[in-house]
Amino acid sequence: MALRAGCAAAPGRALENKTGAWRVFKPVFEPEKCTKCGMCALVCPEGCVRETEEGTFEPDLDYCKGCGICVEICPKKGIRMEKEEK
Amino acid sequence: MLEFMEGSHAVAEIVKRCRPQVIAAYPITPQTHIVEDLAQMVANCEIDAEYITVESEFSALSACLGASAAGSRVYSATTSQGLALMFEVCFNAAGMRQPIVMTIANRSLGAPLSIWNDQQDSISLRDSGWLQFYAEDNQEAADLHMIAYKVCEDHDVLLPAFVCFDGFILTHTYEPVTLPTQEEVDAYLPAFTPYQRLDAANPLSLGMYATPEYYMEFRYEVDRAMERAKQAFIKAGREFGEQFGRDYSALVEGYRLEDADTALVAMGSICGTAKDAIDEMREHGRKVGLLKIRTYRPFPAQEIANALKGVSTVAVLDKNISLGNGGAVGIEVKSALYGSGAAVYDYIIALGGRDVRKKDIAAVVDLAEKGKGDMFYGLRTEVL
Amino acid sequence: MTAAELIAFAAFEGGVYAQAFPAFGVERRGAPVQAFVRFSDEKIRLRSQIYEPDYIIVQDPTLIGDVDVFMGMKEGGIAIVNTEKPDFDSRVPEGARVYTIDATTIALEELGVPITNTTLMGAFAAATGEIKLEPLEHALRSRFSGSMADKNVKAAGRAYNQIGGAV
Ligand code: SF4
Ligand code: SF4
Repeated sequence: MALRAGCAAAPGRALENKTGAWRVFKPVFEPEKCTKCGMCALVCPEGCVRETEEGTFEPDLDYCKGCGICVEICPKKGIRMEKEEK
Repeated sequence: MLEFMEGSHAVAEIVKRCRPQVIAAYPITPQTHIVEDLAQMVANCEIDAEYITVESEFSALSACLGASAAGSRVYSATTSQGLALMFEVCFNAAGMRQPIVMTIANRSLGAPLSIWNDQQDSISLRDSGWLQFYAEDNQEAADLHMIAYKVCEDHDVLLPAFVCFDGFILTHTYEPVTLPTQEEVDAYLPAFTPYQRLDAANPLSLGMYATPEYYMEFRYEVDRAMERAKQAFIKAGREFGEQFGRDYSALVEGYRLEDADTALVAMGSICGTAKDAIDEMREHGRKVGLLKIRTYRPFPAQEIANALKGVSTVAVLDKNISLGNGGAVGIEVKSALYGSGAAVYDYIIALGGRDVRKKDIAAVVDLAEKGKGDMFYGLRTEVL
Repeated sequence: MTAAELIAFAAFEGGVYAQAFPAFGVERRGAPVQAFVRFSDEKIRLRSQIYEPDYIIVQDPTLIGDVDVFMGMKEGGIAIVNTEKPDFDSRVPEGARVYTIDATTIALEELGVPITNTTLMGAFAAATGEIKLEPLEHALRSRFSGSMADKNVKAAGRAYNQIGGAV
């Protein structure tokens, strides 16, 4: 691929860089425990927790780095970490 | 038609006729007269340009970078500490391949604070990816701006350029110059055609981050563009000569070099004084000539080697110092002449506005012919 | 600097190459400054300051005594001094001619301000013969407009005639 002068590119290229590949643990959300407080989405350092149509929350595992902060914050203990299996 | 005017005014007039669409600059001595004139021209609606007032040189060049990326022909001017403050943006502008033209009213760098001329400022940015052209007189200073836009905007080049002329010595000197009319400038310099531009309908990011797999290749591309700039300059300089009768197709220019044993090498206004000194030395039978470097970046190493073939002694006049290793031009001339057999000596001269007279040039030639060099010339040892 | 630029401009109008530049430094109106002018039939390449002038104009008489205003003057050189005292203590070098003119008074009478540039230009033209009256007037009329042009031409003319009578 020829380089583009000035290292120019269309914006949004960071999306192609799927940063969730090197995770050891992944969060597992249990929607039945969720009170929809939204704290998990607020604290996630990757900004990868999104609201579902039901109003509960789920992680985008393409970008989740498995840090577990969402687990720490969830007041309902509705998120747990599980070992990643590949 | 020759007109009598100040160097700064000649540059402002020619910049106006190059039709920049955005101008951003921060005033600093001895560049002030240029940007005062341009601000006035914008206020008088003589130029259809946006003049962005800023609070620093960093912002001035940042504004230029953005405007250039958006597809405008842009202009700025600075000197000395102002250029130092632009350091980071300079590298970005070159890496993003934006054809910005900026006048450098050459001045020394502090400390100690000095407003007077040498060429330390632009030479310190030699590795930034900006083309660097040096003018001997105000005619050349004005003309080089037109050539600079043409070379920079060439899609084979796409790099920014400094047009350097000596602060005070040229900026503040009144002398006759011929300025092409607006129609003539338009005929020489077509409107700017951006290679790519920021466009809300078709978004683009410039200067994106490059991982170790790509960074070197981007730097290589900038270096190749620099190399291509030589041909672009030669072409633009020749076209200028065809249209206006003043030929700038040479990256280096010899003066009475044909049969010279000793050659001076210099850049900028000191070349004029050197030519007069050479004429006097020639009258006394001394075979001395001058090689003037017009384009310091890209550096015309091959052209220098060709021009100085047959010369036995070379004296480089450096109005700068790469502290710890002599003058920057001298270092590069030595490398260009490596293996040629010529003895090359470097002289740090005229720093911080120290006046240079014909007798100083003659004294440098004497030193070189005696094999004494790689030194500061004209130090006042009584204060050391 | 304005005087130097005007003299060089008038010489240029008269058909020679000319160069004018200040002794570079702080640009403050009224601060003691030097400015230099060269004329030549050929293009001027030399950029150094002038150390051995053919002509010297002393615009501010109060400098005499504090500064050696005639330093480097060549034999056969000409000095024009703005002073109301023709017998001032000058220490003029041997072989140089000195013309005095009370340019401040002429400027005050003709222009209403003690700005002596154009008056001294007239004196310089008459004393040295380097500039003819016609290009001088042309230079003034292209730098000043309306009644200011007339007044400056008159001031220069008065000085020209006064010195011209003494040459
Ligand atoms: S584990 Fe970390 S990165 Fe993944 S969703 Fe939770 S807070 Fe975000
Ligand atoms: S923090 Fe826990 S309870 Fe709150 S929204 Fe997230 S999953 Fe639901």
